Amino acid sequence: MKMFKYIVVGFIFGFGMWKLEAISTFRIIEMFHFQSFHMYGIIMTGVISGLIITQLFRRGKIKTIKGVTKQFNDKDKTWPRYIYGGIIFGMGWALTGVCSGMMFVLLGAGYTVFAVFMAAAMLGTFAYGYFRKYLPH
Amino acid sequence: MRSKIVILALSNLNKLIMYEYLVQAQEFISQPWPWWMGAFVIGATMFILLYFDKEFGLSANLRIMCAADGAGDYADFFDFDWGKQGWNLMVALGAMFGAYMAANYFGGDYQAHISPATVETLNEIAGSEVLTYGNVPIVPGADIIHPDVPEFWNIYSWKSLFTVRGLIVIILGGFLIGFGARYAGGCTSGHAISGLADLQLPSLVAVIGFFIGGLIMTWFILPYILTIGF
Repeated sequence: MKMFKYIVVGFIFGFGMWKLEAISTFRIIEMFHFQSFHMYGIIMTGVISGLIITQLFRRGKIKTIKGVTKQFNDKDKTWPRYIYGGIIFGMGWALTGVCSGMMFVLLGAGYTVFAVFMAAAMLGTFAYGYFRKYLPH
Repeated sequence: MRSKIVILALSNLNKLIMYEYLVQAQEFISQPWPWWMGAFVIGATMFILLYFDKEFGLSANLRIMCAADGAGDYADFFDFDWGKQGWNLMVALGAMFGAYMAANYFGGDYQAHISPATVETLNEIAGSEVLTYGNVPIVPGADIIHPDVPEFWNIYSWKSLFTVRGLIVIILGGFLIGFGARYAGGCTSGHAISGLADLQLPSLVAVIGFFIGGLIMTWFILPYILTIGF
């Protein structure tokens, strides 16, 4: 089972996100009202541990399974896409209180209406792919 | 004969103790987790993915699913070898399964342990005292496990989908997330976690964008959308 490890990764993530209440719309509203440290704490500790791990991989202190240093791709430094795309994503995030990873988590937890949400998100992704050449990047 | 009974009793006692331990472990995990557990959850996720030469980013699955549905015929953006990205769909599948286990067997009290100030804010939006501190459902939608959600916050349900408010929240919200995530080249996991952890300046710009959009929506638009029909 080559893919089994990825299911395990997803399991840890989905389980953790539910238990950390990161899937809760109320937590997202709380975050955007700056009324609790909880969500910032999750993101901050996540970034800090992610930063240590990423740097260890980047500098070759930890090798990948193939025994080589992991190659990271720098993101393109063209700014409009991050600003416009970021704002659009942020509006969707606050409107539904769910981001793209959490829709899988909520669907798995039994909120089947998220199948519709996912279809809408796929439509949005498709619309981006279709109108990509007309958008400033 | 007697020794046999003793052994049998002992082995069953052993099982009982094991069972006790399992119940205790379940109860322990079922408690609400403190925020610093994020370090372990996200750290473990990133470590395993990087070790297998992959990167963490869940919204890419939307693009993969579009490509798998044949969107490549309409836009070059979807014309890529999505089969190689199948691992990311497995991560999403695992996340679904993990959430299923967490919600059904380790759900605890099914409450979002939000601050009193937020409860007040939520009641202000609703216009009445529908929520009380210490009794806020974790997800604003009724389901089989947790049916007692106030009608105003019963948003994530099929019933709500057929209202104006539900249509906006679920369909428009989904569309914006799908569109914005690909336009910005990543979502909360790709930019706010992976990108920031890799000290990518574009990711910081994107995260600032997420917050600008989120603040505008939360403060100036969301309260009006949520009260449509109420």
